[in-house]
Amino acid sequence: MNLAKFRPSARLWPVLASLGVLILLYAGGCLLFENFGSLRVLINLFGDNAFLGVAAVGATFVILSGGIDLSVGAVVAFTGVLIASLIGHGQPPLLAIGLALGFGAGFGALMGALIHLYALPPFLVTLGGMFLARGLAFVVHPESLSIDHPFYGEFISQTLSVPVSRRLAIPFTAFALIAVVLAGAALARWSRFGRNVLALGSSESSARLMGVPIGSTKILVYTLGGFLSALGGVVATFYMQSGNPASFVGLELDAIAAAVIGGTLLRGGVGYIPGTLVGVLILGLIQTLVIFQGTLNSWWTRIAVGGLLFVFIVLQQLTARRRVG
Amino acid sequence: MSAPILVCRGLTKRFPGVVALDGVDFCARGGEVHALMGENGAGKSTLIKALTGVHPRDAGQAEVDGRPVHPRSPREAEAAGISTVYQEVNLIPDLSVAENICLGRQRTRLGFIRWGDARTRARAALARLGLELDVERTLSECSIAVQQLVAIARATDIDARVLILDEPTSSLDAGEVAQLFAVVRRLRDQGLAIVFVSHFLDQVYALADRITVLRNGRLVGEFPVAELPRLQLVAHMMGRSVDEVEALRHRERPAAAPGEPLLSTRGLTRRHAVLPLDLELRRGEVLGLGGLLGSGRTEVARLLFGLDRADAGETRLEGRPVSFHSPADAMRAGLALTPEDRKTQAILPNLTVRENLVVALQARRGLWKQIPRAEQDRLVADFTRALGIKTSGPEQLIRNLSGGNQQKVILARWLATEPRLLILDEPTRGIDVGAQADIERLLAKLRDEGLAIVFICADTAELSRNSQRIAVLRDHAKVAELTGSDVNEQAVMRAIARETAA
Repeated sequence: MNLAKFRPSARLWPVLASLGVLILLYAGGCLLFENFGSLRVLINLFGDNAFLGVAAVGATFVILSGGIDLSVGAVVAFTGVLIASLIGHGQPPLLAIGLALGFGAGFGALMGALIHLYALPPFLVTLGGMFLARGLAFVVHPESLSIDHPFYGEFISQTLSVPVSRRLAIPFTAFALIAVVLAGAALARWSRFGRNVLALGSSESSARLMGVPIGSTKILVYTLGGFLSALGGVVATFYMQSGNPASFVGLELDAIAAAVIGGTLLRGGVGYIPGTLVGVLILGLIQTLVIFQGTLNSWWTRIAVGGLLFVFIVLQQLTARRRVG
Repeated sequence: MSAPILVCRGLTKRFPGVVALDGVDFCARGGEVHALMGENGAGKSTLIKALTGVHPRDAGQAEVDGRPVHPRSPREAEAAGISTVYQEVNLIPDLSVAENICLGRQRTRLGFIRWGDARTRARAALARLGLELDVERTLSECSIAVQQLVAIARATDIDARVLILDEPTSSLDAGEVAQLFAVVRRLRDQGLAIVFVSHFLDQVYALADRITVLRNGRLVGEFPVAELPRLQLVAHMMGRSVDEVEALRHRERPAAAPGEPLLSTRGLTRRHAVLPLDLELRRGEVLGLGGLLGSGRTEVARLLFGLDRADAGETRLEGRPVSFHSPADAMRAGLALTPEDRKTQAILPNLTVRENLVVALQARRGLWKQIPRAEQDRLVADFTRALGIKTSGPEQLIRNLSGGNQQKVILARWLATEPRLLILDEPTRGIDVGAQADIERLLAKLRDEGLAIVFICADTAELSRNSQRIAVLRDHAKVAELTGSDVNEQAVMRAIARETAA
C-alpha cells in the first residue's frame, strides 16, 4: 500500500482527530501516573465500558438514519432487571437473556413503526419509550436485584474470560464489545441495509425517490437500536451481576456523546461505527484519569466530556463549512 | 427511429377537490426528445409523478414497449424502464458518486456489497455519457451540474427505455446547460425516449423534436417543433390568442424619470462581493441589474438592503447619508427586498397565505402591536384581488400554492409595508408564463405609482423589456449603464461580452 497516496476525505478528519485525542489521553495518563500503562487498566477500559459501547453502536445507527433514540438507558436498565428477576424466579439464564433481547428488538420495532407510520418525531416517540421502559423496569422489580446463578458466577465470569496472567483475565464483556463493533462496522459499510440507513439520514426525500425502502429501513434501524440496547443490558448484567431499575439514567446521552465524539454527525448520513468505539474509549479514559488523579470529584468526568463535545461539534461544523466553500 | 416506446392513454389523477390530470394522452418515441410544456399547475408534474409511481394514476393506461405498466413506486417505474431526473438533484449528498449511481442495485457476494464492482459500473455508466469523474468523491463536493449528470448516469445505469428530465437546467449556467444537452443528445441517439420539461423556451427549441402542451390538466395538443412557432406555443400554454400574447410583448416603455435620486450609492464596496459601485435609483423608474449568474447582482441587492455590511463607500437616501445595519433598518427607511430563492429565503412554507402576507408589516410595526385580525383579512383580500393570487382562501398553506402565486404573496407581503424602494431579485424565476406576465404588469403599475424599483433578472429579454435603465455587472463590478434606446437585449449582451480594456 502506498502511504503517500493516502489522503483521508474531509469526512474522516473528525474520526482521526478523536483517535488522536484518545492516544494523547492515554499517553498523558501513562506519563502522569504510575501503573496507568499497565495491561490491567487497558483491559478494564474495554470491560468496564462494554455495555455503553454496545448500546452506543445501536444509538449510532439510529443517528446515522437521521433519528435519535432516547430510550437507550431505560431499555438497558429494564433488560437488566428483567433478566435478574427471571433468573431469580428460577428461569434458565439463556431463556432470560433471549427474552430480554426479544423484548429490546420488539420495543425498538414498535417505536420505529410509530415513527414511520404516523410520521412522528423520533425525539418524542423515543422519549415516550424512555418513560415506558423505565416505568416497566420498576414494575418488574422495584429495587436492585442481584443475580445468583452458576451461569453468571462461573460460566461468564470465569470460563468465558481469557486469562493473560495468573491474576489478570480479559473479561467476556470486552470480547462482546469488540464483536459488536466489528459486526456493526461491517453492517454499515458492506450491507445494503447499512447504506440505506446512511442514504436515509443524508436525505430522506432523495432516498425515497431513489427507491430506498424508507419504511422498512426506519423500522429496522430502531429495531437494531432496541436490540443493541437490550444486548447492552445483557452485557451490563455480566458486568454488574445484578439488575437495577434505577440504574443507567442518562446512558443514552453518553451513547450520543460517544457517537458524536467519534465523528458521527447528529443530523445523520455521516459517521463511522469504529469512531463510536473511539468515543466510548475516550469517555472511559477520562473517567479512569479522574479516578487515578484521586482528589478530583468524579463530576470532573462530565465537565471534561462537555468541553470535548464542544470542541468536536465546532470541528465538525468547520469541516462541513469548508466542504461547501 | 420514431417507434413509440412510452404510450399513455386517458391518464387521470384526482386529488381532493381537484382533477390534476384529466384523460391525457401522451406518447414518447425512441430517439426523440419530447418536451412537455405548460404553465405551473397545468399537470406536467402530476403526469410525471403518475409515470414514475410517486402518485399512481386513478385511470387510464400506460405502456412501455407494448407492455402495460402501472408503477406504484419509483422503484417499480425503474423496473418498467422509466427513469427520472428531477429538478432538484435527488441524490444522496453524503455518499460517493459511485454509490449514488449504484444505491439499491449494488451487487453483493455473500451479502457483502462488492465495492469494486460498484465503482466499475459507475465509471461505465459515466463513460456512456462521455464523462470521466473521480467516482470516489463525495457527491456534495461536486458542482450542481456534475451532480445533475451523475443523476442521469444513475437513471441510465439500468436498462432505461424512457428518461424523464424534470427541469434539469434550472440551476445550471449556460456552459453547464450545453454539457447537459450534449449528454442528452447522446442518449437520444442511443435510442432512448427522452421526456424534457423546462420553463426555458430557448432550451426547448434547442433540444426538443416534439412538444406536448398541457393546460389545466388537459391535453392541448402534440406538435412537431418545426410546426410550432414560439408565439403559438405561448398562446397554447396560456390559453389565449396569439394576438393577445403579441400585445403583451410590445407594451410601450416610458422613458427614464428625471429628478432627484431617491437612493444613491458612491463607491459602495464589499470585499469579494461588490467592487466600488455608483448607482442612482429614482422614483418612478425601474433600474434593471443585468449580468451573468455570479456577476454580483444578488450581492448588490444584499448590500443595499442591509443584509451585508459595506466595507467602504456611502449610501444616501434623499440626499442624506444613511447606513443600514440590518434589514430592519432598511425596512424602516422604506426599502423592500424579495429574495432570489423563493423556497428557502422568502416563503414560510408551513404558515398560511395570510400569515405570510402580514409578516413584514407586523415586523415593521413591532412585535407588541399586533395587527388586528380584521385588518389582516382586509389586507389579504385586497392584495389577493389586486395581484390575482389564486388560492383556496387566506388560510391555505403557502407551500401548497404554485410558484407564481407564492411569488405574488411575497410581493404583497412587501407592498403591504408601503415601500418607497422595491428590490426584486429574480422575481420571475421558475414561475409560469401567465404569472410572469402578471408580475411584469404589476412592475409597470408600481413604477407608474412612483416607486423606485431595482429589477434583477438573468433573462436579458425580460430585463430590457421591463427596465428604463440597466446597470450591467460583470465580475462584481458595474461595466455599463444603459439608458434610452440602448436599453435592449443586444446592448446588454454586448456589455456582458465586451472585452475588458487592458
